Amino acid sequence: MNRIEGRVKVTGLATYAAEYPAENVAYAYAVQAQIAKGRVKRVDAAAALELPGVLAVLSCEAAPRLPEDADPELALFQRREVAYRGQIVAAVVADTYEIARDAAAHVRVDYDADDHDVRLSGDHPGLYQPEVVNPNFPSDTDKGDVEAGLAAAATTVDVTYETPVLHNNPMEPHAALALWDTEGRLLVYDTAQGTSGSRDTIAKTLGLPPEQVRVVSRHVGGGFGSKGTTRPQAILAALASRMVGRPVKIALTRQQMFDVTGYRTPTIQRLRLGVDGDGRLTALEHLAYEQSSTLVEFAEQTATPTRVMYASPALRTGHRLVRLDVATPSWMRAPGECPGMYALESAMDELACAAGLDPVELRIRNEPETEPFSGVPFSSRNLVGCLREGAHRFGWRHRDPRPGVTREGEWLVGTGVAASTYPARRSPCQAVATMRDGDVLVQVAAADIGTGARTALTRIAANALGIAPERVHVELGDSDLPRAPVAGGSAGTASWGTAVVRACEELRRDGKEGRADTTDEVKADAELARHAFGAQFAEVRVSAVTGEVRVSRLLGVFAAGHIVDEKLARSQFLGGMTMGLGMALMEETLTDEEFGGFLHRDLAQYHVPACADAQHVEAVWLEEEDGELNPMGSKGIGEIGIVGTAAAIGNAVHHATGHRFRELPITPAKILTARF
Amino acid sequence: MTITLQVNGVPRTVDVDPRMSLLDLLRERLGLIGAKKGCDHGQCGACTVLIDGRRANACLALAVAVDGREITTVEGLATDGELHPLQSAFMEHDAFQCGYCTPGQLCSAAGMLGEPGPSAVTEDLLDDPDLTPEEISERMSGNLCRCGAYVGIVAAIGEVAR
Amino acid sequence: MRPFEYARAGSTAEAVRQFAPGTMYLGGGTNLVDLMRLGVAEPERLVDVSRLPLDAVEEQGDRVRVGATVRNTDLAAHPLIRARYPMLARAVLTGASGQVRNVATVAGNLLQRTRCTYFQDVTRPCNKRRPGSGCPAIAGDHGNLAVLGTSDACVATHPSDMAVALAALDAQVHVTGPGGDRIIPMPGLHRLPGEEPERDTVLAPGDLITAVELPPPPPGASLYRKVRERASFAFALVSIAAALDVGRDGTVTSCRIALGGVAHAPWRAERAERALIGGPATGEAFLQAAEAELEQARPLPRNAYKVPLARNLIVATLEELAP
Repeated sequence: MNRIEGRVKVTGLATYAAEYPAENVAYAYAVQAQIAKGRVKRVDAAAALELPGVLAVLSCEAAPRLPEDADPELALFQRREVAYRGQIVAAVVADTYEIARDAAAHVRVDYDADDHDVRLSGDHPGLYQPEVVNPNFPSDTDKGDVEAGLAAAATTVDVTYETPVLHNNPMEPHAALALWDTEGRLLVYDTAQGTSGSRDTIAKTLGLPPEQVRVVSRHVGGGFGSKGTTRPQAILAALASRMVGRPVKIALTRQQMFDVTGYRTPTIQRLRLGVDGDGRLTALEHLAYEQSSTLVEFAEQTATPTRVMYASPALRTGHRLVRLDVATPSWMRAPGECPGMYALESAMDELACAAGLDPVELRIRNEPETEPFSGVPFSSRNLVGCLREGAHRFGWRHRDPRPGVTREGEWLVGTGVAASTYPARRSPCQAVATMRDGDVLVQVAAADIGTGARTALTRIAANALGIAPERVHVELGDSDLPRAPVAGGSAGTASWGTAVVRACEELRRDGKEGRADTTDEVKADAELARHAFGAQFAEVRVSAVTGEVRVSRLLGVFAAGHIVDEKLARSQFLGGMTMGLGMALMEETLTDEEFGGFLHRDLAQYHVPACADAQHVEAVWLEEEDGELNPMGSKGIGEIGIVGTAAAIGNAVHHATGHRFRELPITPAKILTARF
Repeated sequence: MTITLQVNGVPRTVDVDPRMSLLDLLRERLGLIGAKKGCDHGQCGACTVLIDGRRANACLALAVAVDGREITTVEGLATDGELHPLQSAFMEHDAFQCGYCTPGQLCSAAGMLGEPGPSAVTEDLLDDPDLTPEEISERMSGNLCRCGAYVGIVAAIGEVAR
Repeated sequence: MRPFEYARAGSTAEAVRQFAPGTMYLGGGTNLVDLMRLGVAEPERLVDVSRLPLDAVEEQGDRVRVGATVRNTDLAAHPLIRARYPMLARAVLTGASGQVRNVATVAGNLLQRTRCTYFQDVTRPCNKRRPGSGCPAIAGDHGNLAVLGTSDACVATHPSDMAVALAALDAQVHVTGPGGDRIIPMPGLHRLPGEEPERDTVLAPGDLITAVELPPPPPGASLYRKVRERASFAFALVSIAAALDVGRDGTVTSCRIALGGVAHAPWRAERAERALIGGPATGEAFLQAAEAELEQARPLPRNAYKVPLARNLIVATLEELAP
């Protein structure tokens, strides 16, 4: 079965947020702060308002008042304070995009600037321990005696890794089209990974009852977390539309996306590990330093995968946060697991090298019986199976363990391995299944951001009903549909699918209609450690002349419960791994210490992998039966693909060159500086 | 300024602001939303269309500068409801996820298949090489796909190129 | 984008006549439209020269004349260029994307502007964009900026690949303008920044490039190689265009080396060339020549890697070219 919406996507008919037709639409364009900290002293909109076609200029001097308790990243034009460079301080609304954009350059904003601080460091005086890290984990955990474990170890490593600011950069820029009707109801076509939550947030921000707001996101051009929470474009479109009395459309520019749609926090991570003479961990400590804004505390759960991975009698994890004059970091594919596992799996490789152990074997020797920190049993865990299957397919046994010895002409060749993990969660969800002309209509406010949700839910419903998929029609992407959680946390299919199965079961009983709300079912889930696992193997070639790194093979083996749809799953795994390749070798947003804000705010400077970079990527999986998950027996697969990729590639670069690079991305500049 | 273009075979006469890009003309004035705006600077390829049969970034073309040209967008690839072989192959190989880069990938591939000569990865510059996966990957590198559907994209194009 | 007038020129003479202060010529637009959208370029008037009948690649005796509006794709695919100037074809093919090359013209490629992050952002200072405002790149982000021929005012690089090959080939740029016709030899079209980084080239206001003339190719084998961390569709960290001919006695009889990504202009490595000609074609000689050239480098903390990179590239490329 191919993707259900495939035909509209390949013919150009799929409608994304900015693409809905609207009569008499006006265009908004944002004006951004040019200081990193301070206050807006004065906004002079006169020159902009004089231009023909300009309808309004919104700013802290001209905007509707919003409720006090709104999210400060969304409460546009309510305060004079500037929290970061690039924050939206004004906006122009005009008849055309060309006029709005030109007029925005004519809006003059004067500031009182304060000194700013935008640099994360491991010894920043503002570092503190957050109460919890995302989504609601303890910041610090401590079990056993780490110092004693390290002292008793035969081999130890004590290493620090750094990851840069990363940007999600979905291909579709954040966009919204807002329309108010005569009764004061608001319709927003938005780029949202979930319409139910977005409806609530927009309503709360604007001080409206939720039933007065409708959010529609039928097709979303990727999000990777950056569209998981409501972004300012939706609020801006709504405010501007109310102000000018016309539908208003806004699409952020790619440059603006870097400033106001979230990013992955940079991290500094210190790992201390020890093993005994048998290669068994005696201590494991993982401490992460990261940033948030002065507006909102966003504490990424970077060290949490270390609570899940390996057996160790002493295990300590912790997070330290500093609030800087920067935009608020946000969700990016596998938040926590992705940067955290980069550091842990790199450190495991260093430990294997130091102890003279094969890195696959080191991981197998430290396979835990139960979840290492909590002691809770796993619902299923097949990391060892993934490592063995991957090693077999990759030809790992032919590997010469010595680093820096394999060379083909100018190219140094190396291989590396790393483990992957991601939680398998589900959340409460509602769904309705109805008989309609002999077919079945399934309604759920799920989102298809490219995951293939329509297709997966069609399969799930058809299986539950015992009918052909052609007879199932799934409706999603609309907050008027039964309430559903976001496409995020790799929990979409599990959450929506559970509700769809229950609704279909009810339909079979009822004959006409089935309604489901899985709140009670989800609440009753037994206490178990539910995670997907995987193993990634990379082969790289590093030029001894130029320091260029090319990935000549990348193999991922995953164990993620029952795979609902093989074609979709493969694409998801490959996509995650490709993004991981970018993280390893090229992705980095620079912070401008002099002026604040970010540099390299476009796709010519922020490099994501191109077609030529990802020629040899392969993903396979083990069938895994797990009855403790959900009716499908599935674990989420949207994020695990990116977890471990960068470590596998970094470990391969070490094997190729004999040099360990502990700061991502691993660029020719770093390789040449270190080695040649 | 008034300009006339052929868009997917249909003559269109429009009065445009000289600042308007071909991309915004298609999307905001002509209702053709197939060409996508991903970066507006020629850095992602999502806006790729064919101008007089050659692939180009619609975001970097001023509408006034393409007066008189023939434009083909993704909406014009299929003929009489019959999908272009590339469109079918993209569906078959799952060569997309979110679909936002897809129209640009398709127009780019359609243009690329007609482009003669070597690429940056061709060994012998005097060759008109076969479109191996490596050749396709290099020639399609002007079309970014953040979902990472490249493996499927190359397979789909390779099937049509054969 | 500020409002502007648009006019299409029917001939080069008409284009030059239409020129007035505030006018810019529009070729393929792949960089100019990009810069206008960013507010970096704010012409009052565009004269579209992209349809001028300057789109031929012609053999003229032992030389080849390339019209100014020849598209990059057509230049690289032309049998004469592929056969006689493989270094040039290769350089063009490594630039940008298939889409951009289909539209970008030869003249426009030469006149494209730096991709320095500060230059492209009108909210930050830049001496090239706003003379006298300062160069934050020197203390800030200069990771892909110049190491040779820089000034205290500017460390920008010229981003073209094609221009590097043209500099190595001793190409001649034909120009017409209000002051008449002239020929500018490559390298020589592009300036070093000095105290006037706002001037990329030696062209005068209203000058219009009409053609690039290629002299007979240098003897021996030639190469173009570009280094970048993304495998395609990225500007060079460093690139090299090189040609080498070695006599029967093993001495270098002819040598051309030009570097990209290291300076405000395509950098012809004349010191290295002088050091090599008449000497042995050995790895050691190549290394000494590279080091002689790079002695002049003034790297900054975050682009210092370009010095060993350029050195390695020169040596490896010459070794590959040596028989």
